[in-house]
Amino acid sequence: MDFMNLQAVALPESAEQLRREVRAFLAEELASGRIQMRPDQWLAGWDEEFSKRLGARGWIGMAFPREYGGTEAGALARFVVTEELLAAGAPVAAHWIADRQSGQALMKFGTEEQRQTFLPAIARGECYFAIGMSEPDTGSDLASVRTRATRVEGGWELEGTKIWTSGAHHAHAMIALVRTEPVTERRHAGLSQMIVELPDPSIEIRPIRLLTGEHHFNEVVFNRTFVPDSRVLGQPGSGWMQVTSELGLERSGPERILSTFPLLVEAVRHLSRAGATPDRVRLGELVSRLWVLRQMSLAVAGRIEEGEDPAVAAAIVKDLGTQFEGLLVETTRLLVDIAPDPASEALLPHMLSESLIHSPAFTLRGGTNEILRGIISKAVTAA
Amino acid sequence: MIDALTGAVADACARHTTDPDTPAELNAPLWEALDQIGVLGLGVDEEKGGSGGGLEELVAVLGVLGENAAAVPFAETGLAAWILAEAGVQVPEGRLTVAVSDGLEVATGTDGTVEVSATLPRVPWGEAAEHVVVLSGTTLAVVARDQYQVTSAQNMAGEPRDTLVLAGARPVGGQTWPVPAGLTQAHEQRLSVLRMAQMAGAARRALDLSVHYASERQQFGRSIDRFQSVQHQLASLASEVLVCRTAAKSASLALTRGDATFALAAARVAAAQAAGVVAKLAHQVHGAIGFTEEHTLRLSTTRLWAWRDENGSVHQHASLVGQQALDAGPDSLWDLLVRA
Ligand SMILES: Cc1cc2nc3c(=O)[nH]c(=O)nc-3n(C[C@H](O)[C@H](O)[C@H](O)COP(=O)(O)OP(=O)(O)OC[C@H]3O[C@@H](n4cnc5c(N)ncnc54)[C@H](O)[C@@H]3O)c2cc1C
Repeated sequence: MDFMNLQAVALPESAEQLRREVRAFLAEELASGRIQMRPDQWLAGWDEEFSKRLGARGWIGMAFPREYGGTEAGALARFVVTEELLAAGAPVAAHWIADRQSGQALMKFGTEEQRQTFLPAIARGECYFAIGMSEPDTGSDLASVRTRATRVEGGWELEGTKIWTSGAHHAHAMIALVRTEPVTERRHAGLSQMIVELPDPSIEIRPIRLLTGEHHFNEVVFNRTFVPDSRVLGQPGSGWMQVTSELGLERSGPERILSTFPLLVEAVRHLSRAGATPDRVRLGELVSRLWVLRQMSLAVAGRIEEGEDPAVAAAIVKDLGTQFEGLLVETTRLLVDIAPDPASEALLPHMLSESLIHSPAFTLRGGTNEILRGIISKAVTAA
Repeated sequence: MIDALTGAVADACARHTTDPDTPAELNAPLWEALDQIGVLGLGVDEEKGGSGGGLEELVAVLGVLGENAAAVPFAETGLAAWILAEAGVQVPEGRLTVAVSDGLEVATGTDGTVEVSATLPRVPWGEAAEHVVVLSGTTLAVVARDQYQVTSAQNMAGEPRDTLVLAGARPVGGQTWPVPAGLTQAHEQRLSVLRMAQMAGAARRALDLSVHYASERQQFGRSIDRFQSVQHQLASLASEVLVCRTAAKSASLALTRGDATFALAAARVAAAQAAGVVAKLAHQVHGAIGFTEEHTLRLSTTRLWAWRDENGSVHQHASLVGQQALDAGPDSLWDLLVRA
């Protein structure tokens, strides 16, 4: 059980300096009213101007080499920046997937031309990506994707439907997982990843409204969509290996713990007012769990900084962290004795409602907690 | 260095296992083996009579001892030696323990000798210790075993938590010493980290036993670890073990870096919660056999239940964290969480 050997991380002074800079920036953004503190903003807070302001400060693409517009600041520096943004409830959705996931996939598997084309724009906060994995008949069992890519002159032709595609209606590109060879006994073989540039006249993007009423994700239909050879990501046939390495990066970040943190801030504001009768024990329990989960997420970032791939520990952080995000909402309800109210002018009832109505997604998106526990138990029982 | 140390301690534990019938009894052969390895003075500087090493080494060794439910006053001896070294008092040889009291009476006898009196409840390994270090307000005393009476008692795990009665006891050196400022609190924080290290070890053993049992126990014609619901319980169990370990290691790091009041209390609460889940899931996976005296699972789970509320209950630690969160208020709550 190698994953047990996480080491506590002491952030270097340079990271703390960076933290102060990000805080000063955020304080000004909030004070000027350019942004507002809201829950679950890495999903719902699409603000391209804000992304560009972050990009201008070098706070996107921190994991990319300088030659591609990055800052090479490393995993721990990136951790500090992202957790500060999330804790402040800043609108980071536009660049989130490109920065966390697609950009890193391009770094690892992309051609020189692909990197030059996309990475500097991602780092400037100007180029956004979507993830084309799920399909109407493909959820947890990702290897069952049916979107087909057929060889044609100079490239491939895509036919099929992706679903739940976050931000496809704004994104500049999607990395789609498609089948390039017929299904055989080895069901993980014959899959490939392709960079599909958006929008495209052969692609229909239909909104699917969340239960919140928001337009966040989409159904994306490919009608004989042409993808040139130059937009195949990595090796044809290696899609499964590539996609699983991408999912590892997706799992352990602070966004799996902090989606509802802004609600806790509001609750503490409410409980600190004169005459309040806060339940210190219950609040303390909640805050303590948050403290330890953040330490764990930070320890995983420490492993990534060392060049390791702590996939199982990352799955643990995501399983526990996303459960915590829901627990925070439930506990806050008990602490403040205020009914959730989406119509309220006051921040707390409004945020309660917003957090609650977003909460089913926490333990679904990016792979369900049941699937995560499958990964963890495999590692546990293999020992 | 840490790997060599923990390896040697694990070997010693394997050679001298705890007798599950008498878990309250000192494991003398193991104590001697630890002495030979040279870990007894760990965490105290060499120039102060210890064998060097820092909190990180101590946490690692205690993890192994916790895993093995080792019936030795290792944490207590190390803690007592550290207190004495901090106070500039000569550290006696042998097994030590610590008692905090708010009512140590110091008197001077007719012949000018100093005598101390107090009743000290729930002192870990009070009977087996050769000296007790008493911290009482601003007074520190060291009292040898032949100067106090013992009434034996045990915690939920059957570990000795004895009542010591000092009635006109003659302290070592014929004197008491002043307690340096902040030492009592520092001692509590250090004890907290040491107990969390032991808890992480006990939690790890509960997991290993569960994984092993699930692979052997057959029901419905297959081992129970083939059932997805059991697999998911093992996954959750392992996750909470990692929480316990993270709490211990991060608290230890925080303590070496400065003011760690918040981090230590938060870690204690988090470790306690996780330990509760670990015990619950481990017993569920084991079925009835784990609920018996003959099965060794209880050596781990009863320790987890006992340790999490010793030296300040979860309730106290949680309310301290809650109060600090309120004091920080909305604008500094986040900073409170991320400060070392
Ligand atoms: C807000 C949000 C945004 C999303 N964004 C994207 C995106 O941008 N791109 C994208 O490709 N996808 C996206 N998704 C889809 C997401 O990845 C899937 O929802 C997820 O993988 C689960 O698939 P499913 O919804 O089809 O559920 P299913 O796989 O059908 O699962 C239904 C239930 O069955 C359980 N289950 C399934 N298989 C097993 C098993 N083997 N063992 C135990 N239990 C099992 C699941 O845990 C779940 O509880 C998004 C989802 C959400 C909620």
